[in-house]
Amino acid sequence: MLDGPILFRPAVERRPDITIRFEGRDIPACAGESLVTALLTAGLLTGRSEFDGTPRAGFCLMGVCQECTVWTSAGQRIRACMTEARPGLDLRTSAPFETFAS
Amino acid sequence: MSLPQLPPVIVGAGPAGLACAATLVEAGLRPILLDEARRPGGQGTRRLSPAMMPFAEQFLGRAYANKTATREALEDRLLTRCDWRPGTLAWGIFEDRLEVVQDGRHDSIRFDQLLVAVGATDRLMALPGWTLPGVFTLGGAQVALKQHSAFIGQRVVMAGSSPLLYLAAAQYARMGLRDLIVVDTSKSADKRRAAIGMVLSAPGTFAEGLLLLAELRRRGVRRIEGAELLRVNGTNRVEAIEIRHADGRVEALSCDAVALGHGLRPETQLAELAGAKLKFDPILRNWFPETDEDGRAGDRLWLAGDSAMTGGRIAAAESGRLAALSMLAARGMTVPADAAKLRRRVERLRVFQQRMASAFRWPSHLAAELPDETIVCRCERVHAGTIREAVRKQAGPVEVNRVKAITRCGMGRCQGRFCGQTLQELTASTSGMPVETVGRLRAQAPVRPIPIEAAMEGDGL
Repeated sequence: MLDGPILFRPAVERRPDITIRFEGRDIPACAGESLVTALLTAGLLTGRSEFDGTPRAGFCLMGVCQECTVWTSAGQRIRACMTEARPGLDLRTSAPFETFAS
Repeated sequence: MSLPQLPPVIVGAGPAGLACAATLVEAGLRPILLDEARRPGGQGTRRLSPAMMPFAEQFLGRAYANKTATREALEDRLLTRCDWRPGTLAWGIFEDRLEVVQDGRHDSIRFDQLLVAVGATDRLMALPGWTLPGVFTLGGAQVALKQHSAFIGQRVVMAGSSPLLYLAAAQYARMGLRDLIVVDTSKSADKRRAAIGMVLSAPGTFAEGLLLLAELRRRGVRRIEGAELLRVNGTNRVEAIEIRHADGRVEALSCDAVALGHGLRPETQLAELAGAKLKFDPILRNWFPETDEDGRAGDRLWLAGDSAMTGGRIAAAESGRLAALSMLAARGMTVPADAAKLRRRVERLRVFQQRMASAFRWPSHLAAELPDETIVCRCERVHAGTIREAVRKQAGPVEVNRVKAITRCGMGRCQGRFCGQTLQELTASTSGMPVETVGRLRAQAPVRPIPIEAAMEGDGL
């Protein structure tokens, strides 16, 4: 359900050298690149709107709009545009604990 | 009041914050400098990612690439002489304490001199379809290249009323994107009228603009002027942007990504929390904090750069230097005597921006024409029709914070940064009141979402 269009097109050669986990799937990434690059070049969304379920895929790309917010398995809320990819990251699109909405 | 003793604190390591830090360091101080990003530079002068670095000349042009490399080396040296805290989010100010989160840890920094230089983001007007994946801000499209080493799509339309359209398009074209269209919604008559004033206030910057235009022509980038944006079309992704040409013809430009921007909007939240008063600027048709001519906004507070008043990179740096001189004077230290010259320069560059704003007008008239089903608040999915209904039903004075309370527009994650401008115009046009009388969204701490643990450790909540 998180498959989306391929949005980002690499402007320079990109050679993924690690994998990160996103919603239980292995995603190729380059160590040190932003998570939003890894997700949007792979044709993934960063989540869906809590209100109408429509896809979300980043907007300002500089940490302001919070539309690329994802969660680590440890329950930390991060912005995919402000966080670097590193091996062992295990991400999901919603909080890994119960919220009032769930 | 006794003389300040604590190290000066600077929030934001863009051109304004860095220039302020440099002047303070030269005077023998060691300021605390913090930024949410890992690296200095801010947005306009954001540093290239390691993957993009080998292409610096292609991206910036040879002359500017050399200048940039020299400047960044100086900045790196400067940072070793500051208490530099990258990756640090400033989320609140209570009395003389700045509340920050760095790598998940909370800290409270006491200050007796604070410079807030946190810059600006794109100023946006809601547009039907602007929540589709593939729509980004114009600044975001530039950050995509510089930081994320990627184009926002393969067939890109950059649209809005902003000189930055031309810079962003040139950057994309230089990096090899072929399928690129610029839709400049501003009118050529407005630009012609403003041109003389722009030449007089900053001939160099004006000439840079002309060079960019010539470059885009040479590179064969299609440019549409004076059109109106109607909607972004697509299901689950951007497929086209529909525009109305100046002659009335409607055209759907097929594309897979759209970048939107109508100039810049200052980040005023921290300044407001620190006690700055905001006032309405009729030319820019927006709210800016009040300062004296050196950027001082209170006993302990200084403001510089685009978060104080839109002025661009050079004005930001000069206003940062000016604030530093004012801080030094307030510490009873000797001040190098060039403040008057700096004041004139900053003033001239800001006048240039005002003239540019009348060339690239904020399209306030579009709010009245937005279809009711347009999403205005992206975070909370509040529609234009809902806002209009709330405004019409309001008893007593119409005010945007009351509209927010009723509709939740501006209450989401971004805290009104991307819907606030549309909300102001929509409230004004629906009520028939001038926009300066309906107010603006008030700032509240935390100014960004933070872990609740951090807030509980802080003093404020």
